[in-house]
Amino acid sequence: MNHRRTLTGTLLAAALLASGCTGSGGGSKAADAKAPDDPSKVSGTIKVLTHRTDIVQDGTMKKYAAEFNKIYPKVKVEFDAITDYEAEVKIRMNTKNYGDVLMIPGVIKKNDYPRFFASLGTQDELAEKYRFTGFTTVDGKVYGQSPMGATPGFLYNKRIWAEAGVTDWPTTPDEFLTALKAIKSKTDAVPYYTNFAAQWPLTHWTFVNGSVSCDTGATTALAETDPWGENGELRVGDTLLYDIVKQGLIEKDPTTTNWEESKPKLAKGEIATAWLGSWAVIQFRQAAEKAGADPDDIGFMPFPARVDGKACATANPDYNQAVSIHSKHKAAARAWVDWFTDKSGYAEDNLSIATLKNAPLPESLKPYEEQGVKLIELDDAKGGRVKEIDNASEVGIYAPEYRQDLVDLARGAKDGTLDDFLDDLGERWTEAQKTVGS
Amino acid sequence: MPATHTTEKVARPPSAAPPPPVPRPAPRSVRLWRKLTPWLFLAAPLALLVAFTYAPVVNMLAYSFTDWDGVSPELSYIGADNYVEIFTRPELFQVFFVSGYYLAASAVQIALALYFATVLSFNVRLRNFFKGVLFFPYLINGVAIGFVFLYFFQDGGTLDSVLALFGYESDRAWLGTSTSANISLASVSVWRYLGLNFVLFLGAIQSIPGELYEAAELDGASRWHQFRYIIAPGIKPVLSLSVILSISGSLSVFEIPYIMTGGATGTETFVIQTTDLAFRFNKTGLASAAAVVLLLIILAVTWVQRRLVPDDKVDLT
Repeated sequence: MNHRRTLTGTLLAAALLASGCTGSGGGSKAADAKAPDDPSKVSGTIKVLTHRTDIVQDGTMKKYAAEFNKIYPKVKVEFDAITDYEAEVKIRMNTKNYGDVLMIPGVIKKNDYPRFFASLGTQDELAEKYRFTGFTTVDGKVYGQSPMGATPGFLYNKRIWAEAGVTDWPTTPDEFLTALKAIKSKTDAVPYYTNFAAQWPLTHWTFVNGSVSCDTGATTALAETDPWGENGELRVGDTLLYDIVKQGLIEKDPTTTNWEESKPKLAKGEIATAWLGSWAVIQFRQAAEKAGADPDDIGFMPFPARVDGKACATANPDYNQAVSIHSKHKAAARAWVDWFTDKSGYAEDNLSIATLKNAPLPESLKPYEEQGVKLIELDDAKGGRVKEIDNASEVGIYAPEYRQDLVDLARGAKDGTLDDFLDDLGERWTEAQKTVGS
Repeated sequence: MPATHTTEKVARPPSAAPPPPVPRPAPRSVRLWRKLTPWLFLAAPLALLVAFTYAPVVNMLAYSFTDWDGVSPELSYIGADNYVEIFTRPELFQVFFVSGYYLAASAVQIALALYFATVLSFNVRLRNFFKGVLFFPYLINGVAIGFVFLYFFQDGGTLDSVLALFGYESDRAWLGTSTSANISLASVSVWRYLGLNFVLFLGAIQSIPGELYEAAELDGASRWHQFRYIIAPGIKPVLSLSVILSISGSLSVFEIPYIMTGGATGTETFVIQTTDLAFRFNKTGLASAAAVVLLLIILAVTWVQRRLVPDDKVDLT
């Protein structure tokens, strides 16, 4: 008996000791990653953490690195492709070992950026040349740079929409619903595909934000007002989603949808529409080629809302590349970040909006120019606060749960009314606005 | 007097004098080694146990008193606030209703396992084959099972095709409504864990000496009587263990609903909810507290159960 007691004691003590060792990587001092002056002199091996497992595996990344080495011969670039990027990098960032260049995970609070990343320069200086600087700026300094940008919108099958007799983009949610109804009655296609089971496509509905009011301050409004209030951006978007589901314009069984299968289905015209982003166009075109369908059938349109007769599309950054504050080769790392944005052609290869302000729009967005769609960039000064409110309220505007509940509500798998549902979200949101310190 | 004498002798360092020939208790170093040996053998497993089980648990306990968000270098001690929050938010406990489905399912599971174990403990044709069939699902990775059954329940998937073979055109979305989804998921869990219960029961049944059956048969006992008076009392401890396992199991269901529905359509369980708190909303402190609460609930339930059904020694003679 006595023995056992001493044993438990030792175990507990050992466990306590062990737990003392784990803690958080300490508070580091701010640092800068300055761009090197002479490319031939920069040297070192840099490790790049990336979520693009696909292009690391098929060798595309190696090709980029080879191009990079033509200018910076002494820098060796290694890639670490991570499948579950967000979760894994979040844990690695508790240590000092998280590569030299990495994509800033979504969970890192904006105010913590100076603790984890080296600054790339002041916003005044960088904003002249690049888009999206506001998304990573803390106290006037920029900490990350997205190599490309995207705009949210509906991917649709042009052939099916034409067969249903809709050739002009709908300009109001009602027109949009009418168009989907026409598709349902005149074609065999599923008018709208929710991608309910894949979850993350539903979170894209949050990017409606800004398209309705065409206001660059939409994110600030999110932080300060009720987004599900009268005419709130998210209320308009969520109501459209609710109506689409409610009127039976979606796939038969949303709970077993399949994202990979949805690509060839949309290409072949079995699915007519899906709310995604401009980044998806290239994937769907590739799927079309594989399935033997016409890649040119894949079209892209903005949210059905118009301000002064013009549609608005928001340009959002992708993952922002940053230089780790613990990197031993900051100059080399910075060189990679700059080169990848300026010269790699990554944005073009992905049919995306370039980060360089003077670069042309990708070919897939040409119809936007013709139709006079206004491309705006939201002011992200309050972006960090929105995230804090989101976490505190547990609404999860960047998480799938509440939209899954919304879809369930609309198809009658859950009891309640839309108004109650949205009001409850608004209540929790505004409640959290009061408690979260600014 | 002799006593003092010996102590003095021991206390003195052994001088040049040769050791006395009388048999003495083994020298101190040998005795020490003898005591130490089992611990040396245990060192590796104990180190692993402490490093990967107890240390994280203690860590979790510590986090449950902080407001840590999982990444930030800053964390502050906030006392029992997390626990207060958990117990003042009744909606956090509503998810336990979902556990009811799994609890009901585990009753079915235990009954089925018991039935199969009894049948297969007698001489049946293809006995080993059926044992394999029943145990096999338990060996498959839970994530793989989740994906397989996602196809199984799909519209026009395996289940629908099989039903169509029998002339029944089902047109239902199996995961479509909360009730139907929970029943579907719970039956997947029955399929998966049946094997474990089955093997436990089979082992217990086979440890009952064969003469008992012979004697019973001579006395004219039927199979049912054999089950009722020999097998059932013989496996009582294993049975109560299975019940404990399935209750704690149904309170902490995770893999299958997490992979298949992600907790959508009213299939969210307490563990999924905790994961969401920790990794979706970055409330690591609160989630740790929720995990501690779940642990305490399971301990309490087990304790109550042990009180109600005490573990008696089995005596079949």
